[in-house]
Amino acid sequence: MSSQPLLEFKALTFERDDWPLFSDLSGAIKAGEILQITGPNGCGKTTLLHILATIQPVNVGTLCWQGNDISQCRQQYLASMAFIGHKPGLKLSLTPRENLQWLSKLQPLNRCTSAEALVRIGLAGFEDVPCYTLSAGQLRRAALAVLCMTQARLWLLDEPLTALDVQGIADLESLLLAHVEQGGAVALSSHQALTNPAVRTLALDALAEAQF
Amino acid sequence: MTTLSGAFFGVIHRDLCIAMRHRGDLLNPLFFFLIVVTLVPLGISPEPARLAAMAPGMIWISALLATLLALDNLFQADFTDGSLVHLMLSPQPLWLLVLAKIIAHWLVTGLPVVLFSPLLGLMLSLPEAGFLPLILGLTLGTAVFSLLGAVGAALTVALHKGSVLLSLLVMPLYVPVLIFGTSAVQRAVDGMSYGGVMAMLAAATAFTLLIAPFAAAGALKVGING
Repeated sequence: MSSQPLLEFKALTFERDDWPLFSDLSGAIKAGEILQITGPNGCGKTTLLHILATIQPVNVGTLCWQGNDISQCRQQYLASMAFIGHKPGLKLSLTPRENLQWLSKLQPLNRCTSAEALVRIGLAGFEDVPCYTLSAGQLRRAALAVLCMTQARLWLLDEPLTALDVQGIADLESLLLAHVEQGGAVALSSHQALTNPAVRTLALDALAEAQF
Repeated sequence: MTTLSGAFFGVIHRDLCIAMRHRGDLLNPLFFFLIVVTLVPLGISPEPARLAAMAPGMIWISALLATLLALDNLFQADFTDGSLVHLMLSPQPLWLLVLAKIIAHWLVTGLPVVLFSPLLGLMLSLPEAGFLPLILGLTLGTAVFSLLGAVGAALTVALHKGSVLLSLLVMPLYVPVLIFGTSAVQRAVDGMSYGGVMAMLAAATAFTLLIAPFAAAGALKVGING
């Protein structure tokens, strides 16, 4: 495993309505590690993940994927990154299987079939019911099923534990652990502490300058 | 790996699937189109001569408003449930996926309007010579409406109550299409050649087909962040 970080962000500054959410924020996500972004509501966790996922443009600062500036290799970066936002991103009128099949046409999701992924995430028997009949926790599981299928090395997860039950959280943690053991990396935002000891924490405080 | 054509047809297939499961949304613009044109003889005059004079304009205006009614939904629903982010983070070129969405949108809003227009022409006693330019013109015109509308819909996607702004944005761009579309039908009814006007409409369609997917993809990147 090389020592070069997978994703590196340098001197990120972001302002919302002239109010600095974070300034001069630098850090890196290395292969084999889980980075948990913590902080109070409204401190910019989602914004930071959106910037890392290149949904939100970087105003000040740079993002590097394996040492190359992201603007030079965005296609390549998108093919090796999986993002799951706090909205599940599922069409409620489609079934979980249809949603995953659509996603697998857009993103490289071919480690296993959508049916296998749904069984592994604990939605066996719910593959072909419309998503609007599922509970919030089941919807979250359906969204997280992407993680079983994706070949991405870097996972960016915004509040992945929301609405999950105890078993769901344990399932997700074992997924994360298996991923980092294979040389992947995870950045996630959450208020809950993960039981996994390998987790490194990045605390975002309003107006704080974090450097590590 | 994902393929270009797989992603393109995947988006069209999924949007058509969703449209088939929300048949109310699908039929709403079409009903609007049918109802407006049906009410004209009742509200103005059932006299065939007066109806025939108004027919090209009436059909075109209601077709324009019907597509405008459905425009809001093009990206808004995907933005609200978060699936737009998946579209934007696909390694496939965004303009191609946006084009797929526009095509699916035209198939469920523009095409039904085109298919029902001869029936409405009959109801408004449109002279026989006007039917072909009406169908041809509406086919090209509704495509322009969907393509240009996508740029506006992308720009206003994250705005709260963006639909008013959307109408204001795209309406001026729709006006030339309306003028050429109605004049093509009118010229045919008056026994003149309408080839030149139709060529202008076709040129507008070709131009927007080239420009709009890129513009809408760019607008989405700006629009998604509010």
